[in-house]
Amino acid sequence: MSNDPASLQKIRVLVAKPGLDGHDRGAKVIARALRDAGFEVIYTGLHQTPDMIVNAAVEEDVQVIGLSILSGAHNALVPEIIEGLKKEGLNDALLIVGGIIPDEDIPHLKTQGVSMVFTPGASLQAVVDYIRENAPARG
Amino acid sequence: MGNQKSKETSSTVTNTKRKSTTQDIREAQAQWQAKLMETEAKTPPRPVKFTTLSDMEVPLLSTPADLEAEGFDYLTDAGFPGEYPYTRGVQRNMYRGKLWTMRQFAGFASAEETNQRFKLLLANGQTGLSTAFDMPTLMGLDADSPRGKGEVGKCGVAVSSIQDMESLFQGIPLGEVTTSMTINAPAIVILAMYFSVAESQGVPKEKVRGTLQNDILKEYIAQKEWIYPVLPAVNLVTDTIEYCTKNYVNWNTISVSGYHIREAGATAVQELAFTLADGLAYIDSCLARGMKIDDFAPRLSFFFDVHNDFFEEIAKFRAARRIWARLMREKYHAKDPKSWMLRTHAQTAGVSLTAQQPYNNIVRVTIQAMAGILGGTNSLHTNSMDETLALPTDEAVMIALRTQQIVAEESGLANVVDPFGGSYFMEILTSRIEKAALDYISKIDAMGGMIQAIEKGYPQAEIGNSAYHFQRQIESKEKVMVGVNKFQMKEKPRTLATLYIDRSIEEKQVKKLAQLRKSRPAEAHQIALRRVKETAQAGQNLMEPILGAVKAYATLQEICDTLRPVFGEYRETGSF
Repeated sequence: MSNDPASLQKIRVLVAKPGLDGHDRGAKVIARALRDAGFEVIYTGLHQTPDMIVNAAVEEDVQVIGLSILSGAHNALVPEIIEGLKKEGLNDALLIVGGIIPDEDIPHLKTQGVSMVFTPGASLQAVVDYIRENAPARG
Repeated sequence: MGNQKSKETSSTVTNTKRKSTTQDIREAQAQWQAKLMETEAKTPPRPVKFTTLSDMEVPLLSTPADLEAEGFDYLTDAGFPGEYPYTRGVQRNMYRGKLWTMRQFAGFASAEETNQRFKLLLANGQTGLSTAFDMPTLMGLDADSPRGKGEVGKCGVAVSSIQDMESLFQGIPLGEVTTSMTINAPAIVILAMYFSVAESQGVPKEKVRGTLQNDILKEYIAQKEWIYPVLPAVNLVTDTIEYCTKNYVNWNTISVSGYHIREAGATAVQELAFTLADGLAYIDSCLARGMKIDDFAPRLSFFFDVHNDFFEEIAKFRAARRIWARLMREKYHAKDPKSWMLRTHAQTAGVSLTAQQPYNNIVRVTIQAMAGILGGTNSLHTNSMDETLALPTDEAVMIALRTQQIVAEESGLANVVDPFGGSYFMEILTSRIEKAALDYISKIDAMGGMIQAIEKGYPQAEIGNSAYHFQRQIESKEKVMVGVNKFQMKEKPRTLATLYIDRSIEEKQVKKLAQLRKSRPAEAHQIALRRVKETAQAGQNLMEPILGAVKAYATLQEICDTLRPVFGEYRETGSF
């Protein structure tokens, strides 16, 4: 890590596991890497409905929401989460998705409001850098 | 090397005419060690760590003297295949007698589509079926549950009622195939559906063969598809074991699984230790219910991962059999040799596959399959090259199956039993893995057993630490994944065709279920569900009442929901 974590304003990130998918290895590794990079990380735990994730994002007032999905349910779950965030007025939060997402689904997710999709093999550093560069400022 | 022949080499040749003692070997090894240092001064070791994938140090070279120093004794520690402690395999002639079962895990979309995939695999020489269920089914939810929206048929087949189970095995004679079903939290319900379908096909109970995964403990540890709290969930597992022991004597009641533990990030040693500790917890639960060890232990089976580190994986399988045999015989006083034998299924490591340069995965799978076979597995699933992208296509599944067939028929691996047995290095590695796993098992014992360890979050935390450590090693390139952190290529957008499950499957399932709810006799399933509830409240074996409920067309979720208020629900804190 080239940046000194202490010198950074703490970016608040929600790492969430929507749906029934129990594959949490990636979510937990990412959560730890983001914490080690100096972010404030909240992890929802497993089996979250879209509503639960939206509520957590609002309550924790996060700038970044990372959704980890390996079950193939992204096309159903992500739009619902985006709609919920809009309803709650959390329009500026940076939304990223990680997991097994087929190439052909990525453009669709992006037009819905997902900023970035990280697929298998993405490095922790790439995720950290992306968040650092793109997280909206909070005053 | 011909031009390097020296006087010393020729004198070594003379020496071999008399039998060398361990002392001779030690002295020669010390001399060689000195020369090695000279060599390494000129050609230093590559600047990498020479460890297994799980970070165990490996020696450059092992000799009979090293093996002796490890305390290895041939008859005690290796012995003969088919004989205690089964280090060299559970059958005397291993694959000469019967090749391992080639069992490709399959399941997607609707029961009808999975049924077609099953028939394709059977027509192409596969010898056993293996069923993957979708996420809602794994969580005990019906296809029309709002919680399962978008997940129906995605990661496996949706089975909400006995109707789906009938379609799944339509035209497949259940007395002639063996079926493995990967389901855990609601396993008792799915098993009841399967037995009912076999019964309606007219298959005698003793001819119903196969394996129910039914390993709930590893769900809390790794796979995370649970419903009830740990104790009532283990009781449900015990119900199925108790029932099958009396009624379906050739059914493997449980497949104690390390696969998911490994895939979640555990090391080889952690995988081995946690899996065996889970197995011991089920044994304790059965014994506490008054069952006799030799009545149920022979039908317990195992399931391990086969990862990339060739030697480590072979050693892991050898160590697994030895530890289990010794525990069963010495600690649990089992008398039936079948109780001592650890029979296992294996699957190549999904987590080792890369989305980058996906054809490379065929090579990884081949290496892993070879390790599984050399490790003496009894059954094997080889992953398809595209499984990191999506569910596998027919073509990818066929290559994976052909990989096993090539290993079986062309490589010669199936001709000999445990060819690594007696290898100085392999025996040392086997012993070290055994010792390290036993250390973990005693730690878990000291916590009061695996159920308590899980409630404390111990195995979960250990695995989380290993997963993070490994990812760090990938980031720093200390560990290599070809195509990911070394030898990367600028890749064109993927050209590999992947299987796509569309939303219409969900709509179809929901309609089918609505039809069932309308057409079934209203009273019968309610009465059956009431009986399920009363039996649960009385703390009695639930298998019979659940058989009654599935036959009365109660759905999977209706049965699971009936038990929720009695047993409660499991909640995990989101720690990382």
